[in-house]
Amino acid sequence: MEHFLATVATDAVANVSGVVNWARAQFAMTIIFHFLFVPITLGMSVLVAIMQTMYYKTGKKEWKATTKFWQKLLAINVAIGIATGIIHEFEFGTNWSNYSWVMGDVFGAPLAIEGIFAFFMEASFGVVSLFGWKRVGKRFHLFSTWMFAIGTNLSGLWIIVANSFMQHPSGYKLNIETARAEMVDFSRIALQPKAIDTFLHQMSSAYMLSATFMITISAYYLLRKRHITFAKRSIAVGITFALLNAYFLFLVGDMQAATVTNMQPTKMAAAEGLFKGEEGAPIVMGMLNPSIKIGDNDKTAVFGIPFPKGLSLLGKHSLNAFIPGINDLVYGNKKYGILPAKELMKRGKVAIDAMYAYHAAKKIKNTSEMKKQKDIFEKHSKYFGYGHLKNEKDIIPPISTVFYSFHIMVGIGSFFMLFFLFMYVKVRKNQILENKLFLKISSITLWLSYIGIVTGWTMAEVGRQPWTVFGVLPTSKSATPIHLTNVKATFFIFLTLFVILGFAELKMMLKQIKLGPDSHEEEV
Amino acid sequence: MTHSVLQHYWWFIISLLGAMLVFMMFVQGGQSLAMQLAKDEEEEKYVYNSLGRKWELGFTVLVMFGGALYAAFPLFYSVSFGGAYWVWYIILFSFVVQAVGYEYRTKPDNILGKKVYQGFLYFNGFIGTILLGVAVGTFFTGSNFSVNGITRELTWGVAKDGINLRGLEAAISFNHGALFNLIFGLMLLFLVRVTGALWVNNNITNEAVKEKAQKLAKINFFILLPFLLAMLIMLVTMKGYFVDPKTQVVSLVDGHYLNSLLAGGAYKLIILLIGAVTFVYGVFAGAFQGKRIGFWIANVGVLFVVLAIFMTAGYGNSAFYPSYADLQSSLTIQNASGSLVGLRTMFYVSFAIPFVLLEVGYTWYVMRKPINKEDVEDKHAY
Repeated sequence: MEHFLATVATDAVANVSGVVNWARAQFAMTIIFHFLFVPITLGMSVLVAIMQTMYYKTGKKEWKATTKFWQKLLAINVAIGIATGIIHEFEFGTNWSNYSWVMGDVFGAPLAIEGIFAFFMEASFGVVSLFGWKRVGKRFHLFSTWMFAIGTNLSGLWIIVANSFMQHPSGYKLNIETARAEMVDFSRIALQPKAIDTFLHQMSSAYMLSATFMITISAYYLLRKRHITFAKRSIAVGITFALLNAYFLFLVGDMQAATVTNMQPTKMAAAEGLFKGEEGAPIVMGMLNPSIKIGDNDKTAVFGIPFPKGLSLLGKHSLNAFIPGINDLVYGNKKYGILPAKELMKRGKVAIDAMYAYHAAKKIKNTSEMKKQKDIFEKHSKYFGYGHLKNEKDIIPPISTVFYSFHIMVGIGSFFMLFFLFMYVKVRKNQILENKLFLKISSITLWLSYIGIVTGWTMAEVGRQPWTVFGVLPTSKSATPIHLTNVKATFFIFLTLFVILGFAELKMMLKQIKLGPDSHEEEV
Repeated sequence: MTHSVLQHYWWFIISLLGAMLVFMMFVQGGQSLAMQLAKDEEEEKYVYNSLGRKWELGFTVLVMFGGALYAAFPLFYSVSFGGAYWVWYIILFSFVVQAVGYEYRTKPDNILGKKVYQGFLYFNGFIGTILLGVAVGTFFTGSNFSVNGITRELTWGVAKDGINLRGLEAAISFNHGALFNLIFGLMLLFLVRVTGALWVNNNITNEAVKEKAQKLAKINFFILLPFLLAMLIMLVTMKGYFVDPKTQVVSLVDGHYLNSLLAGGAYKLIILLIGAVTFVYGVFAGAFQGKRIGFWIANVGVLFVVLAIFMTAGYGNSAFYPSYADLQSSLTIQNASGSLVGLRTMFYVSFAIPFVLLEVGYTWYVMRKPINKEDVEDKHAY
């Protein structure tokens, strides 16, 4: 304890990269844990609202029991989702104080808007939806359930807007006076294509996960020949919802691939293992060559089945378009006007030096020098972030992580498109109980969804590296200047808590599933 | 609208959100009293179901308070959260466990058992509240940091005669205002225990628990009084962090917060006094006369008192997050705020606040009926 306090008290930040790595690990851990619950809340809130609407319209008490069963699981899930969600808001300040300092003027707004427009809606109407069955009229109760669903989905919108700014910063400028990024046009932050694409992609993947949540539980009941009527009704709703989302995901995924190719070429090059840029670039489904390194132009990068011109079509919607590879982005490509990373870093350093020179001139009130430095800064400010990098290869994210996470996500998405089409036909023909193998596969779709959604976000976030805000602020310059012990300690505190709460959540969910909708029989 | 007007506007919104947060902290107060209020399982159900239907709203106000601070005063967010690390982490931890406390308390197979989840709620009500009070106390006594706006260097623990425990020193560094901070924290605790007891009196039908709630409201009110008085006396007599409006130079001035309370026609003092009188009247109506409306009257009083305290911290040429280690590093609503465009955007966003209040008020209204036997026997009850 004494040692711990002594190290906490020492503010000499000897290990900056250690702090950055542990802060990243903590954020990754908390966001992944949080994200186990969020998609279920996003999608189930809508599905529960649909089921309650069925009850409202038909007056059938079976629909009421179905709604209440799924609502109970939703409530358990919401609690832990809220609990883990607040951690990130704090972490932006505690572990990423420099990020908050530099980006807070822009990044804070969507977070605050999320609170005003979404969280209050969730909190106010959620209570009515959960406890208002006998306290308010049927119509207002249904209205509250829908408002709760809209509130949760709106919160998804604003957090995606915030994240999209980190992926593709727009609507801001770097202010030499305050040495930070400042908002210049909020509409460009909120309505940028990246935000819209990501929101649609995120929402549909969350709906997909919720649908598979229903499918998995219903398939479990059907395999055990329990609650047959309830499970058939639920699995039909789930499969229809999953099928719609599978194809919608394909469409928005295609839109997103194009925005990533244009806005974050390093991410797309890593995701496809494209080292040497080419016109009519293929997509190769397979394995990354483990021996390939940045700068290798002659080695085969990916062993597998090529789809000629696939990447050009995906990324640029043109069969013969040029897609830059990792080597083009690091070492430049004159033909296509791509500057080498070294040049970007050089220009970034000019901007950084100009900023310091400006403030030095300001101290001695040398206005002509201030103007001169300001002009230099503004000319080079778009390279500002690159000035902090140490090595030209740093601009490329961890290639194998991004490559495999992307391919796993795409693989699962493609499987879902075929599988749920097949299952939908079975549902329509009322043959859902006939093939046990497909019911067994259905009962694991939830886990496949989780793998798909986590790998998708891994691709998005690891692919953004080395930046917290793409091209503007490196991750290495975003963390709090603090002794590593503090970050390690909070990491393990939350890890312990998450293990306990995660286990408790799972046990409670399983118990409720075991009890089944019979526990709501009094409603029927 | 000028940058300065927007900075003042946003400090008012922050003050209002701070006041709303303390208003909603009757939930924390109730949690800290739950063991005394309930002697058996049925009574527990009344207490936790009454408080449990409001916890998420309080939680949301906390998130909103943080979000608004982040958007409007990003430098404060960076310095305070990054600097006073452990204070914020413990507060955070207490709210994380609160969020699962209600929902998991009585669910079968919850692993830890009912008592542990109730312990979580007690921890949030007791420790979370005190630490929030200590953190707000530092708005007047200062913290141990220095910042450089250009090189973006934040250093915590720079005072030669100070202690550095990444924020926890605010409760033990007695030569730098820990006594005031602790008194502030304890005052907040007993304040919300009073409103928590009044809420239980307002919101349940079980007469035995209501009687205990009235008694506990009285006891905690009498414990609160010395802390409240001590806090006010210390506040008006202490040296305050004065910001020269022309040069922005920060200096320590005797009786600065008294001057601030009296400035501008003493409007802050008037709000404070109106709040204090209303609070006392509400406690009298709720705890001594057993009236349900006592909760509302007392908590409206709390709203005014807290509003006045936050406005004293930020207005009247005060540094709202001062540094005792390096006076010129102190944060003011001028040097810590967002940009003109950022604040203006958020100004338009803030037009939604009345609608949000309407939505919260209406849903509260439709669910206003006190918790009765049917509620606590419901399968979905906490």
